[in-house]
Amino acid sequence: MKNITIAIVAIVAAAVGYFGGTSMNKEAPAPAATETETAAVEATLNAVKAKGFVQCGVSQGLPGFSNADDAGNWTGIDVDVCRGVAAAVFGDASKVKYTPLSSKQRFTALASGEIDMLSRNTTWTMTRDTQLGLNFAGVNYYDGQGFLVPTKLGVKSALEMDGANVCSQTGTTTELNVTDFFRENGMKFNLVAFEEADAVVAAYDSGRCDVYTTDRSGLAAQRTKLANPDAHMVLPEIISKEPLGPVVRQGDDQWFNIVRWTLNAMINAEEMGVTSANAKSMANDNNPAIKRLLGTEGTFGAELGLSNDWALNIISQVGNYGESYEAHVGPNTPLKLDRGVNALWSQGGILYAAPVR
Amino acid sequence: MFINSNNLSAFINDARVRNIGFQVLIIGALAFSVWWLMDNTLTNLENRGKSLGFGFLVQTAGFEISDTLGTWLFDYEVGVSSYTDIYFIGITNTLLIAVLGIVFASIIGFGVGIMRLSNNFVLKYFATVYVEIIRNVPLLLQLFFWYFAVLGVLPGARNQLEIWGGLGGLNITGLYLPAPIFQPGFGLVFLAFIASLIIAFVASRISKKKQDETGQGFNLLFIIPALIISITGVTYVIMGSPLDWTFPEFKNTGPIFKRGFQDDAGMVLVPEMLAVLLALTLYTAGFIAEIVRAGIIAVSHGQTEASYSLGLRPSITLRLIVIPQAMRIIIPPLTSQYLNLTKNSSLAVAIAYPELVSIFAGTALNQVGKEIEMIFMVMSTYLIISLITSFFMNWFNARVKIVER
Ligand SMILES: N[C@@H](CCC(=O)N[C@@H](CS)C(=O)NCC(=O)O)C(=O)O
Repeated sequence: MKNITIAIVAIVAAAVGYFGGTSMNKEAPAPAATETETAAVEATLNAVKAKGFVQCGVSQGLPGFSNADDAGNWTGIDVDVCRGVAAAVFGDASKVKYTPLSSKQRFTALASGEIDMLSRNTTWTMTRDTQLGLNFAGVNYYDGQGFLVPTKLGVKSALEMDGANVCSQTGTTTELNVTDFFRENGMKFNLVAFEEADAVVAAYDSGRCDVYTTDRSGLAAQRTKLANPDAHMVLPEIISKEPLGPVVRQGDDQWFNIVRWTLNAMINAEEMGVTSANAKSMANDNNPAIKRLLGTEGTFGAELGLSNDWALNIISQVGNYGESYEAHVGPNTPLKLDRGVNALWSQGGILYAAPVR
Repeated sequence: MFINSNNLSAFINDARVRNIGFQVLIIGALAFSVWWLMDNTLTNLENRGKSLGFGFLVQTAGFEISDTLGTWLFDYEVGVSSYTDIYFIGITNTLLIAVLGIVFASIIGFGVGIMRLSNNFVLKYFATVYVEIIRNVPLLLQLFFWYFAVLGVLPGARNQLEIWGGLGGLNITGLYLPAPIFQPGFGLVFLAFIASLIIAFVASRISKKKQDETGQGFNLLFIIPALIISITGVTYVIMGSPLDWTFPEFKNTGPIFKRGFQDDAGMVLVPEMLAVLLALTLYTAGFIAEIVRAGIIAVSHGQTEASYSLGLRPSITLRLIVIPQAMRIIIPPLTSQYLNLTKNSSLAVAIAYPELVSIFAGTALNQVGKEIEMIFMVMSTYLIISLITSFFMNWFNARVKIVER
């Protein structure tokens, strides 16, 4: 009996050790944690500079948002935010390392310090913002949840789905929204929730589920992986608000600002007509707003702890928001997503970034 | 002075003192590490704006869980059930797989293990191929194989394979079977069944005693089933047959999503569960087969020969002479296999079977973000399940152990 008690104590200690260990900031192993606490938390920029790259959490493969090709090169609008941050910090957009994460793993990976930022089609919700020790740095795609069904079923509306088997991914807002939707409409359904996105696609393709539900942008992306994409249709209903954006750990305002203003710079650049092609020449434009953005006037970069050409580097290496959108998810890509609400506020959308001033 | 230091070195060199000293040191170091790790964890959590606490356990959960034993047992309802319910639903589904898996894996494992030693070439060859394939393919791959390659190609949701002339059915949404409905009074029938088991057990003890003393026992092969059936059966009839059945119902008309097997008739074993059970059972059985084979080989051949020369038939020799001796070699590694099976059930998260890791340490954790508390609960749960399994197996080992003289 005594042996067992000791064994239990040892195992519990090991467990606490393991999780205690992972939640410890790796860059600053601080035995006297209390003294260095502020440093440990606010050190992201310094730690990133010291190691020479941004460790960015992305999806395990969502075309258009974050997806790796056969050579291991990541592309997508979420990837562009990571690259933008690297361009701002290092003047070199390629200084990013990617950590593919399932929906379930992503917040733990960020909270534990395994990644510096998360840019992985993640919905900004109040729970996540207030209870997980995280902060959302903005929105890079306004989305809503939808349903994909095989066209041959002849279904025209989500309200006809009473009794359906629905596939989704665990650890998402998707599970909650779809449950709400069916409850609200007095319909029954059976939820089959997988950990990995590829398993959801395979299960839906095999007919285990009649319905695939996730963000509509996600449906457009995952659909390209189906055996026969044209045999499926997205139902008209949008059942939720899914503002997707980059996330950082709570408590490091400097790093938070860098990520937020990287995104803002890309959106403002589009509004001002600054593109990757003309950014260098526009730095000497007469428009003071453009000058401030591109660092020829003011000390905005320095206030972020960066060089003054931080935004110039973002735009010339990664492009403005519109360029990124068209290249990865726009009408000329397999995803074929119209700008819709993601157009600039000045063009009928809701994209509106605070000014550089 | 001289005498003093002599005393001191004698004290230090005393084996007992040294032992105690080392133990105190180790425990002290352990206690310090625990304190340090806890303190570090708490500080870091605080820095991230997070706190420790189990308050989330009473919050209600907002997501649907697919129909399984757990959701049925705990009456899962979205917006009503709490995260505590989720925890117990997870445990139930984990235990279901563990118990069924252990039973089936043991049966198949023993069968295959004995087959590998058979003189029949076909049996032997088949068993060898089985064991080699099963043991050399990663379990996760086997899980995907059963789920996507085997169960994934069953008829779609609005078709079916009938089994037993329509009493049951099978398609990609699961295996549909008749389900019992217990009427009031069934509890008594169940009690009668338990009572009959106890009576049968007592009878077998008496018989064994008599056989030990006189060499003559009763023929229990018929008496025991007769006892059980008659006692249970009579109670069943007296209580007015308090057991009904509902049968799976398959519809071909109505709204498209309402076609196929109906929710409220019969019961369903979802394909996720079937795949997990198949994969874990067959995988573990491969290892058990090897353990059984090794156990049997380890029993000296002289035992078998001696038994044959006494005129005992091969089947009796195996059952009464070889297996009991092999058991003491088999049980300890068998225990590890049972523990492995239980823990491996957490792979089920890959194919959406709602067990403990999947719904509690997965979905629920993602909603409430209490990593440390929840993982701690899950680890403790596995620990407790494993300890109980080990205790039981040790007890069993002590019981079947041959008393050596
Ligand atoms: N926006 C939702 C859903 C995000 C999500 O995980 N979507 C899935 C389905 S589109 C996905 O990105 N899967 C890709 C992957 O896991 O790698 C959320 O933040 O909870």
